[in-house]
Amino acid sequence: MRTSKIILAASAGLAAALTIAPASAQNLSFSQVERGRYLATVGNCAGCHTDEVNDGERFAGGREMETPFGSIYTPNITFDNETGLGLWTRDDFYRAMNEGIARDGSHLYPAFPYPYFTLMPRQEIDAIYDYLSSIEPVYSETPEPQFPFPLNIRQAVMGWNLLYFEPQEFVPDPEQSDEWNRGRYLVDGPAHCGACHTDKNFAGADIEDEYLRGGVLEDWLAPNIRGGENGGIAHWSEDDIVAFLEGGRNDHTGVMPRMGEVVVLSTQYMETADLEAIAIYLKTLDDEARDPVEQPSEAIMTAGGGIYFDNCAACHASDGTGVPEIFAPLAGSNKVNAEDPITMLRVILEGTLAVPTNDNPGPIGMPAFDWKLTDQQIADLATFLRASWGNSAPAVSEGEVADLRERLEE
Amino acid sequence: MDRPDLAPNTRETRVEKLPSVDVVIIGFGWTGSIMAQQMLEAGLNVVAIERGGWRDTPTDFAPTMAPDELRYYWRHEMFQETARETLTFRNNISQTALPMRKWGSFLPGSGVGGAGVHWNGQTFRFLPSDFVAKTHNEERYGPLPTGMTVQDYGVTYDELEPHFDTFEKLCGISGKAGNINGEIVEGGNPFEGWRSSEYPNPPMEMTFTQHRFEEAARGMGLNPFPGPSANMSRAYTNQHGISLAPCTYCGFCEKFGCGNYSKASPQTTIIPVVMRNPNFTLRTNSEVLHINKHPDGTRATGVTYIDADGRTFEQPAEIVIVAAYQLQSTRLMLLSGIGQPYDPRSGEGVVGKNYTYQVMSSINVFYDEEYTNNFVGAGALGMIVDDYNGDNFDHSGLGFIGGAYIGAWTTNARPIESHPVPEGVPEWGSEWKRSVRQNFLKTASISVHGASMAYRQNYLDLDPTYTDHWGRPLMRMTYDFTVNDRRLTNHITPIAEEIARGMGGREVKVNSREGAYDSVPYQTTHNTGGTIMGQNPSESVVNRYLQSWDCHNVFVMGAGAFPQNAGYNPTDTVAALAYFSADAIRNQYLQNPGPMVQA
Repeated sequence: MRTSKIILAASAGLAAALTIAPASAQNLSFSQVERGRYLATVGNCAGCHTDEVNDGERFAGGREMETPFGSIYTPNITFDNETGLGLWTRDDFYRAMNEGIARDGSHLYPAFPYPYFTLMPRQEIDAIYDYLSSIEPVYSETPEPQFPFPLNIRQAVMGWNLLYFEPQEFVPDPEQSDEWNRGRYLVDGPAHCGACHTDKNFAGADIEDEYLRGGVLEDWLAPNIRGGENGGIAHWSEDDIVAFLEGGRNDHTGVMPRMGEVVVLSTQYMETADLEAIAIYLKTLDDEARDPVEQPSEAIMTAGGGIYFDNCAACHASDGTGVPEIFAPLAGSNKVNAEDPITMLRVILEGTLAVPTNDNPGPIGMPAFDWKLTDQQIADLATFLRASWGNSAPAVSEGEVADLRERLEE
Repeated sequence: MDRPDLAPNTRETRVEKLPSVDVVIIGFGWTGSIMAQQMLEAGLNVVAIERGGWRDTPTDFAPTMAPDELRYYWRHEMFQETARETLTFRNNISQTALPMRKWGSFLPGSGVGGAGVHWNGQTFRFLPSDFVAKTHNEERYGPLPTGMTVQDYGVTYDELEPHFDTFEKLCGISGKAGNINGEIVEGGNPFEGWRSSEYPNPPMEMTFTQHRFEEAARGMGLNPFPGPSANMSRAYTNQHGISLAPCTYCGFCEKFGCGNYSKASPQTTIIPVVMRNPNFTLRTNSEVLHINKHPDGTRATGVTYIDADGRTFEQPAEIVIVAAYQLQSTRLMLLSGIGQPYDPRSGEGVVGKNYTYQVMSSINVFYDEEYTNNFVGAGALGMIVDDYNGDNFDHSGLGFIGGAYIGAWTTNARPIESHPVPEGVPEWGSEWKRSVRQNFLKTASISVHGASMAYRQNYLDLDPTYTDHWGRPLMRMTYDFTVNDRRLTNHITPIAEEIARGMGGREVKVNSREGAYDSVPYQTTHNTGGTIMGQNPSESVVNRYLQSWDCHNVFVMGAGAFPQNAGYNPTDTVAALAYFSADAIRNQYLQNPGPMVQA
C-alpha cells in the first residue's frame, strides 16, 4: 500500500516537471527531504495546514483561523495540481515564504507568518519545498476567507506590507554565541514564536516594543516568554524551557491546549540542541521592571483567600506552590502575573488540560468552575492570586469576568 | 410483555462480522488495561470491549464533583446496574435463589477502569504459602478436612515476584518493605514474601489511630507495619511516564473516583498509554454476549457483542482475553460453554467451582477526650499486623487454616456513610443523633480481613429462572460461611479486640461475624474463584498461565483464578497473575500457539 502511494506522489511530481520543471521527486536525496521534514516540523506547518477538527488530511489545509478581522482558511500545501502547490516552482514557493506573494502574484494574508519565514535562507525553504513535494498530494479546496471589505481585497495586503514588512534574511549577531544566534533564528524565523507571543497593533502586525512580552488571540493570552530579568519566565531555568518544549511539563507549568498543539506537533520532535538554543536565547531577554501594584483591600484578600483554600488548595497547595510537574505552582506564574488576566480567568471558568505528550502521556486536567463560582467570586479569587506569594498584577473586576464568561458562552 | 424495552428479543438479530484482530479483550478495568498494554507492546493489534462507558479523571472525577456521597455511595453510580443485570443468591442448594435487586455485600463495578476506579487502594501481596495452600497445610497439619476443596495455584510466589514488583511500580505503592531479598527489614512486615526492591514510595503519613494501634500492637509483641497503599505519599511518575499527585487525605476513595490523581487506577497509570497506541481500539457501552468457539472445540474464534444501539457484532480474534469482573468472567465461560460446569453433588466439573469470599469483622474504639478526626483519611491509610495471617502462626489444634490481617485503617468520615456509635445506642432517634454528635470525631476502627477456604458446597452456576436484559440466564451464587470461616474469625477477632482495648479509648464495640452469610450488609468486594487456576484440567478451568484448558487461545484474568481466598485484598495478586500470563503469551504462546501446559 505504502509503495503505491509513493509512486503516485512521484508521478504527480513528474507531471508537473513536464510543464514547469521543478525538481521531480525521484531526484530528491533523502537528506534533503529529511531536512525539509525537520524544518516543517520546527515551523509546525501541519498545525495550521491541517483541518484537525474535521479530520482533514495532513497538510491539506482548510483549518479555520480566527483573526480579529474575520475567519481565514488555511490553504492546501500538498502538491495537488488543482488545489495545492502542485504547479508551484521552487521560486514560487520561495517568494511565498519570503515575501508573502502567491504563485499567481496575489498577496497572502499575513496570518500566514511570512514576516517570520522571510528570515529563512533559500536552501532551507527549498528543503521544505522538497519535503512537501514528497508527500502524497491531496485534492482539497480551500474556502474563501470571511473578511469584510476592504480586507477581502487581497491588494489591501500590499499596503500592509509597505507599512509593516520588509523581506530580509537572518543576520547573526557576531557578539553572541552560535547557540544564541541559532536560538534567535529559530524563535524569530521558522518557529515564529512571536506570531502569538508578541502583541499586535490594530493592523495585526508585531509591535516592536512588545517583542515576546505576550499577546492575546482568540481570548487566550500567549504569555510573556522573555526569560531574562523581569521577564515572564525569569524564574525558569534553561532546563525548564527545554523540558517544557520537549515534554509539555516542567516544574512551573503544564502545557495547555493552544501551546499544547505546538508541543505535540512540533517542539517535542525538535532536536534537544535546538531547544537548548531557544532556551539560551530566551534567557537573555530582559524586560522592564513593572510598576508596583496597589495591594487589594483586606476584604477582597480574605474573600479570595477563602475561595482559594476551599476550591484550589487541594491541588495547588495552600501556599500556591502546587505540585511541580503535575499541578502548576501559582506563585510566580507568568499567566497569573500577566497584565492581562484573560488566560487565568479562562482557565478558572472553563478548566483546562495539560496536553499529553510522548514523554508525559497522562492527561492532567483542571475542572471548570463556571458553574460553581460567581463572577464576583472569580474576580476576588483572581485578585487574591495576583497579590499573593510575591505575585504582583492589577486587580480583576467582576465586569472583566462577566465579559469573558459571556464571550466564552457564545 | 408490557415493557417492550425489556424484552430480550427486541434487539436486532442480524450479526455484523467485523474484521479480525489479534487480540480481543472483554472488560477494560485493571487486568484489561494491563493486558492491552502488554499485547500492544508485543506489536499486536487489540480491541477492548467494555460494557460501561468511558470515564477519565479530568472529565468524570473532577474534584469539584467527585466527593458526592449521594451520587456514588448511596445511588451506586460506579456500579453495575442491577436493573440490567444482577445475580441470584442463596445460602445453600436446598434454597431457591432470588435476584439481588440492590447491591449490598459486594459492589461489582462497571465502566472503563472497572472497580479499579472506586477501590481503596490496599495493595498486599499474598504470602508465598498462600500459593501452595493445599501442599503447605497438608505437610504441616495433615490432610485437609472433608469437603474442603483447597488447591495449589500452580504458580509460585517466586515466579510472581517480578510481576508484583511491576504492578507496584505502575501504581507507585506507598509502603515499607519487610523483606528485601530475604533480609528482614525493620519497620516492614516481617512475614511477607521476599521483595526484589523497596516500595516505590514511602508510607503515608499516619494519624492518631495508627499511632495508637501501633503502640498497642507492639505492646502485645506483634509486628505492626504501614499498610501498602495505592494512595500516593508523594508525587510519583511511573514506568509509562504517567504522573500521580500526592494524596490530600480527603477520605473519598472507596466507591469514588479520585479527583486529585492521587489514587492509582487504570486511568491514572496505564490507560493513557494504551489509548495513544494506534493499534488499539476501545468499544465502550458494548457488552459481550458470549465467546465463540471453533467447531473443533479447541479454540475460540472471537466474541459476539451488542453495542449501545442494540446492534450485534461478531469480533473475530486470534486471542480472547476475558478480563471482566470475577462474577462476570465466570458467567461468560458458562454462557459460552467453555469448560465443564461444576456440579456440587458429584464434585465433577470446574467452571463455577471454589467460589470464595472473605470473613470480615471489626472493632470500634470510642474516645472521650482525644480526637481521631477520621475525615483526614485515605483508602489505604493504615497500620497492619500480619502475625495472624496465612500460616504466620501455628494452627495446631485450632481447627482451621488461613488467617487474617488486623488493620487500623482510617479510610473516611463521610457523613452519610460513616457514623459509628457505641454498643447499646438506639439505631435512630434523638439518642442516636446525640451519640453521633458525641462520637463522630472520636472513633477509631480496627478491621479483621479474614481468608476464606473453598468448600465443595459453595459455587457459582447459571440461574434456571432469572435472566438479564438480553435474556441470558443470570449468575446464581450459592454461598455460606464455612466451619473454617467461623473458627478463623472467632479466633482472630478477639485478638483484634485486645489490640483495640490497648488503644486507650473509653470503650470498644465488637462487630463480630456471626450467623449465615447475609448478602445485604456491605462486607467486601473480594469475590473469588469460579474460573480457578490449577495443575490439571480435572480440577481447574485455567492453567498456571490463566490459559483455558479447553480453548487454548482463551485467557481468563481476575480473582476468579484464585482457588481459594487469602486474608488480603486481592488486587496486587490479580495484577501479578495478569502480568505473568502476559509474559507467557508474549514469550511462549505467540511463537507456538497451543496449550502451554500439557494436560
